[in-house]
Amino acid sequence: MQYETVIGLEVHLQLKTKSKVFCGCSTNFGSPPNTQTCPVCLGFPGSLPVLNREALKLAAKVAIALDCQIAKKIRFDRKNYFYPDLPKAYQISQFGQPLSGKGYIMIFVHGSEKRITIRRVHLEEDTGKLFHKEDASFIDFNRSGMPLLEVVSEPDISSPDEAYAYLRSLKSILEYVDVSDCNMEEGSLRCDANISVRKAGSEKLGVKAEVKNMNSFKAVKAALYYEQLRQIELLDSGSRIVQETRLYDSVRNVTESMRSKEEAHDYRYFPEPDLVPFDLDPELVRGIGREIPELPGPRKKRFISDYGLSDYDAAIMVSDKALADYFERAVSLYKNPKVVANWLMGDVAACLRERGGAIGGLNLSPEDLTAMLKMIEAGLISGKIAKALLPEMIETGRDPGSLVKERGLQQISDEGIIEKAIVEVISENQKIVNDFKKGKDNAVMALVGKVMAKTRGKANPRKANEALRKKLK
Amino acid sequence: MAITKDTIKYVAGLARIGMTGKELEHFTGQLDRILEYVHELKDLNVSGLEPTSHVMEMKNVYRADRVRPSLPVSEVLKNAPDKANNLFKVKKIIEKI
Amino acid sequence: MMELNSLTAHELLVLLKKGDILPIDICNSILKAVDKKEKKLHALATLDKDKVIERCAALKGKMDLQSLWGLPIFIKDNICVRGELTTCCSRILNGFRPPYDATVIDKLKRNGAVLMGKTNMDEFAFGSSTETSFYGTTRNPWDMERVPGGSSGGSAACVAADEAIFALGSDTGGSIRQPASLCGVVGLKPTYGRVSRYGLIAFASSLDQIGTLTKDVEDAAILLRAIAGYDEMDSTSVDTPVPDYPSLIKKDIKGIKIGVPKEYFIEGVDGEVKDAVREAIEEIKRLGAVCEEVSLPHTRYAVSVYYLLATSEASSNLARFDGVQYGYSSARAGSVIDMHKNTRKEGFGDEAKRRIILGTFALSSGYYEAYYLRALKVRTLIKKDFDDVFKRYDAIITPTSPTAAFKIGEKIKDPLTMYLSDIFTISANLTGIPGVSIPCGFTRNSLPIGLQILGKAFDEEAILRIAYSYEQATEWHSRRPEL
Repeated sequence: MQYETVIGLEVHLQLKTKSKVFCGCSTNFGSPPNTQTCPVCLGFPGSLPVLNREALKLAAKVAIALDCQIAKKIRFDRKNYFYPDLPKAYQISQFGQPLSGKGYIMIFVHGSEKRITIRRVHLEEDTGKLFHKEDASFIDFNRSGMPLLEVVSEPDISSPDEAYAYLRSLKSILEYVDVSDCNMEEGSLRCDANISVRKAGSEKLGVKAEVKNMNSFKAVKAALYYEQLRQIELLDSGSRIVQETRLYDSVRNVTESMRSKEEAHDYRYFPEPDLVPFDLDPELVRGIGREIPELPGPRKKRFISDYGLSDYDAAIMVSDKALADYFERAVSLYKNPKVVANWLMGDVAACLRERGGAIGGLNLSPEDLTAMLKMIEAGLISGKIAKALLPEMIETGRDPGSLVKERGLQQISDEGIIEKAIVEVISENQKIVNDFKKGKDNAVMALVGKVMAKTRGKANPRKANEALRKKLK
Repeated sequence: MAITKDTIKYVAGLARIGMTGKELEHFTGQLDRILEYVHELKDLNVSGLEPTSHVMEMKNVYRADRVRPSLPVSEVLKNAPDKANNLFKVKKIIEKI
Repeated sequence: MMELNSLTAHELLVLLKKGDILPIDICNSILKAVDKKEKKLHALATLDKDKVIERCAALKGKMDLQSLWGLPIFIKDNICVRGELTTCCSRILNGFRPPYDATVIDKLKRNGAVLMGKTNMDEFAFGSSTETSFYGTTRNPWDMERVPGGSSGGSAACVAADEAIFALGSDTGGSIRQPASLCGVVGLKPTYGRVSRYGLIAFASSLDQIGTLTKDVEDAAILLRAIAGYDEMDSTSVDTPVPDYPSLIKKDIKGIKIGVPKEYFIEGVDGEVKDAVREAIEEIKRLGAVCEEVSLPHTRYAVSVYYLLATSEASSNLARFDGVQYGYSSARAGSVIDMHKNTRKEGFGDEAKRRIILGTFALSSGYYEAYYLRALKVRTLIKKDFDDVFKRYDAIITPTSPTAAFKIGEKIKDPLTMYLSDIFTISANLTGIPGVSIPCGFTRNSLPIGLQILGKAFDEEAILRIAYSYEQATEWHSRRPEL
């Protein structure tokens, strides 16, 4: 039997404001428990919320960046449910008149492009944080009242790989508009997934499971692969799928039913009487729109047309705003975009992977990187030397010129020195010399290697090759 | 309309109020009478009317994004029925939402 | 000389300014009255005498710059006072001492008032008789067998009995005006948004408003001026200037136009109440006002709309009382859900449970549109009734309550009958407009009767002016019960 998978993602994003969404408590991450709380975010009796203007502005910025239709008038509603991390037993959220209606994100999977529709974007408050110990649970309300943006996709996503690509694209856009740290480990970005499978070509949706507790993009992908297979196997064996919430266990790579006696969800939404309605007048929205930088989609197109990058290279270059900015700065200093891109995707990326962190935090300025590329072009150092030099530049933060000089790494083009090395190599490697003379042309490469070794890699390999051939003729 | 004991039981569950059978009976009777009274609203034609959730026509009341002092943690927890290590303490949670 | 506790705030301010008395003299006089009467009256929830005397002694500041300097004041138990028991007279807030002051408390302190104690009230302000308090029932000082009204029954009774100079209350459906009427004092509910609700423990957020219980209209003006004004902590408080009420109310009322809605003089309204109110209207005419019959056709729906909306909001506002952060927490074993259920079962009284259940029902899936949403739409009709009348009139006059004080126990077993006693006060909350109740006569049994004056939004000045003129021309407000 052939199956299709249907996935919808719900992403929660903490917005980067200084103070919480409805009170003046700080949003710093990692403070001691319950030190960033006040009567409002603790939900103490008598306290009242007042909306942080910046939170609404950042929320609108995201909605605009996702091409969502911004509502003219928005309201907040109360979502009522009991849970110990929800101090008022209702969450101030948006239901009837949210910040925005539909928008979309373009994703790239296996070389093709797909449009995923965003259903809505709305602003709400975060809950406190629970810790479970052996015999009791504990609550820290520092997170309570952090501004949270909910981005809900339509069930347009049809594979775990697409889900992964969606999250990458979304994160990339969010980083461009600079509204959130987007850190899944710290919880500033969270994702829940709804997934169901159905017979290929069927119109009717299958029974869905809600999957939670995934703390990285890779975990989302893995959990969805597991869940997809589980549902297909159930259907193949003639069983039925139960609508339920399942938790992902990253250690064992499985999803498991919560098996709780779940109470009926009846959130009893109604308009929050403590907050007045908000108008987002078109002029304000245009103003916010002007603050949004060029987004990854248009930027990629420009990289292809202006710098002649391939579709693939351009996609990688724009995926991270800091990387794209770095690339453009470097290209302005050294006008060979393809070479710059190759270095960034190759050796620089490798160094980043090894050391962890982002390009912005790397101790390598575009000026130093391009200075090194210019030295290669000028024949002052070999590509091989450059590859060895890069980690050292990153380690010390020093410019390539002074490092090369200090270590004596300049490429040797002095024919006298090369000549001397060649004479020695010929006398020490008669067997290879004979092979060459018998017509085994590529034996010369072995000799070049020996010359390079003798000069500790500094000989200009092209010159050594030429000189060897001349000598052995 | 006649409201049933099952409805009240369901609603009491949503509101997290424990109730004995006798209390359920008692409240069902009283609420049935009250709902019978409010039934008069059904006589009115409300089509085309905007709901009045906020009585004063106000909009766009914000605060600036400024950090204000939080409460001292001792004040935060002073009223807590159960606490440990500056955290509120509850029975071990097995149920999830 | 009269005892200080029986004077009004403006009379005491004169004595304080002249230097004839000190704040501690007023406090002592109040404490003495409390000693004498409180056992019978039961108007107070908490009072710490030593603390009060300390506060008196610690009074700083300048009399000339602080409008309430040296005046003792009682606070309804649903208004947060930092470090002081604030329980809404409910077991579920047992022991709760807020870590912050309500905005009105902050304003009182800055105006030099001396905080006395907390007054008794219906649990979470759910009631019209002060019988649902966890601390027990407050008596009506005019007749110990009768209720003082509610829910601010403690505040009204202590002012009426001269256990207080004045007090703060809250009014969600008449909870200041109705007890003021039943106890023979002046009760003012300001416009929604005139006084900050920050620190008022919410019953129904779109209807609640803090107001005053005083011995006369001038005191209401003085106290309102002190507590009114925009507050950045309350998004629904309105940024509009606070007029100088105490001087403005003294203007005459010649030519002022008053509507008298026929729907407020219907069957079910006590004959003595009707007569007293009609006589008061004649008096007001004699003072130069023009009074004409008007119609507020949707009045009869107000109780239904109110009880659906108020309980819906209450069901959400009271959900936070779950035994985790503060207040009562059931010690019975079980899961967290069991703990919630037991805490709320044991912590809430019957009326609170009834309203939470009703409100939860009205908001629940499948009923929201038929009940909650429909009620919001009928509220629009009620508001339109008032808007239409206020296009042509400056104020509206009605009885405050259909009857004088009823007997303790008379209505408590029958919630619907109790709810109907709010019928004349509810509309002001549904429409947000200000209203004041002033004494306008007595029944044959010597029970006070109240006159309600309603005004346009943010025009407290007009209703206080009418009330002041009437009060100057009559003696009702100066009668005091003998305990």
